[in-house]
Amino acid sequence: MATKKLIKGNVAICHGAIAARCDAFFGYPITPQNEIPEKMSELMPAHGREFLQAESEVAAINMVYGAACAGKRAMTSSSSPGISLKTEGLSYIAACELPCVIVNVQRGGPGLGNTLPGQADYFQAVKGGGHGDYRLITIAPWSVQECYEFMPLAFDLADRYRNPVMVLMDAIVGQMLEPVDLHENFEIHEYPKPWATNGARGRAHNIINSLWIKTEVMEGLNNRIQAKYAAARRHEVRYQEYRTDDADLVLVAYGSTARICRSVVDMARDEGIAVGLFRPISLYPFPEQQIADLAASGRRFLVAEMSAGQMVEDVRLAVNGSTDVYFHGRTGGAVPTPTEILNKVRAVFGKPPVVSHYGRTEG
Amino acid sequence: MEKVFGRPKGLTNVEFAYCAGCHHSIVHRIIAETMDELDIIHNTIGICPVGCAVFMYEYMSCDMIEAAHGRAPAVATGVKRVLPDRVVFTYQGDGDLASIGTAEIIHAAARGENISVIFINNTTYGMTGGQMAPTTLVGQKTTTCPAGRDPKVAGYPIRVCEMLATLDGPSYIERVCPTSPAGLAKTKKAIRKSFENQIEGKGFSLVEVLSNCPTQWKMNPIESFRWIDENMTKWFPPGVFVDR
Ligand SMILES: Cc1ncc(C[n+]2csc(CCOP(=O)(O)OP(=O)(O)O)c2C)c(N)n1
Ligand code: SF4
Repeated sequence: MATKKLIKGNVAICHGAIAARCDAFFGYPITPQNEIPEKMSELMPAHGREFLQAESEVAAINMVYGAACAGKRAMTSSSSPGISLKTEGLSYIAACELPCVIVNVQRGGPGLGNTLPGQADYFQAVKGGGHGDYRLITIAPWSVQECYEFMPLAFDLADRYRNPVMVLMDAIVGQMLEPVDLHENFEIHEYPKPWATNGARGRAHNIINSLWIKTEVMEGLNNRIQAKYAAARRHEVRYQEYRTDDADLVLVAYGSTARICRSVVDMARDEGIAVGLFRPISLYPFPEQQIADLAASGRRFLVAEMSAGQMVEDVRLAVNGSTDVYFHGRTGGAVPTPTEILNKVRAVFGKPPVVSHYGRTEG
Repeated sequence: MEKVFGRPKGLTNVEFAYCAGCHHSIVHRIIAETMDELDIIHNTIGICPVGCAVFMYEYMSCDMIEAAHGRAPAVATGVKRVLPDRVVFTYQGDGDLASIGTAEIIHAAARGENISVIFINNTTYGMTGGQMAPTTLVGQKTTTCPAGRDPKVAGYPIRVCEMLATLDGPSYIERVCPTSPAGLAKTKKAIRKSFENQIEGKGFSLVEVLSNCPTQWKMNPIESFRWIDENMTKWFPPGVFVDR
């Protein structure tokens, strides 16, 4: 039954979690993601699942750790400052090779920042964030439909790789209303969890631990984790391209900024400038080969982010100096306008800026 | 011949790495005996702290989880909420429970979380080398208050049982002092009761064990027992604070 519902991205996350058979949600209020714990407090008990408002983000992620140890599907959600508090727990969860899902509805930062959209937690999400060598598999929806559909994907990736998975959003994706098809065409795999600490009935006791005093054991764990990331880099790269075939310049953006860039592509094309869009969907693993291939065929890049320049570093790494990489970023909750980005595009092609409807030159 | 004393099944064969005469060993044994008596080894999940008891997961034969420093009550909450028919306990030192993990223990208690908490108060950070703890007594010397704890600088020791007893959530809170045979028997009884309460679904139980740290206190075990009796019990009087 195809039921289209007009809901916010944050609410779609909740329906997605239910569809993914999430067993437990632990969270702490913070704007702009409050719709998630609010909706979960209603949906989870209604489906016989566990919802608990924790005393802090620190407690919430450690409750997730406990529920994941018990072999259950557990998640938490937060926004930027709250995610910082969860990073200690995430390092432990990654070290213990436990599955879980974390949703970050990014806001303006640093510090307390503001509750407006931001994408400045990119480094924190894709480079690990906490201490030690670990990564979060990170996927970034750009629509409310994807908010819904990425939750079963996130839980599946988490179970398959026994690693925390982050769904990285921003205040626009979380707050915008769009019609969503709440279909249930998901294959929910049951993963055996013989490692779970759920009572040693009929087996030797299980231990979940990240303390390894001996270097060779600790290094062995690191090697095992890195091997998983290498496998993820081979199998879990996700991206979308729009009009890149004949593009001279490829815009690279994710989340709501990618939505804006898609409009810019059409605007530029109307002016006869051959621009395309490359949207990384998996931010870790990053589609580096795909970008390297585009670079090898002579394309230049313009990266747009709501940050002072974070994902652009991964694009530069992929391009490896073979072509030009330009950047346009806004911070502090500012959202780049299509005209602003179009002016960057025009500048790359030696054209003067257009004047926006507001009568001032943006950019 | 009937065997009257042996290794409880709740313990693995791994030898304790604790210093001689340390209460950690005694309390581990009591927990193991309790699991044996209640026949719950296969149904129990223990959460160990960061502190000298960090390796507890090697010693207990139930399933064990190592938590981040101070977070054991939150981890236990996560386990218990998704496996309500299992027995879940935390084992925490004073640095773990009353300093870095203060928020987690207060809120687990306030929620009446149906878990058992075994709290080892030895007035110091044993594992990191004998620094000041939240329970270090006024005037007590540690490596970070070498002249003795000065309340004008470092405030006063926290009485965890009394503090948590102000909450409506806990079902059972007791402080015990295992420095005598009678005290040991009380300790055993209290720990067993904290597990029984959980099995009966009564909610949050905490047993504070006044414990020694002969190594960091620079005493032999006998002196350390005397020091508990003469100094610790004055600030931390044993007794039942909540039982409902
Ligand atoms: C986040 C964090 N901070 C600090 C430490 C270092 N640390 C390890 S054990 C410990 C104190 C343990 O003292 P206590 O809880 O009293 O237990 P004891 O060793 O006395 O049994 C500290 C501070 C740590 N492991 N993690
Ligand atoms: S350092 Fe202190 S608390 Fe730690 S094992 Fe030795 S005596 Fe026990």
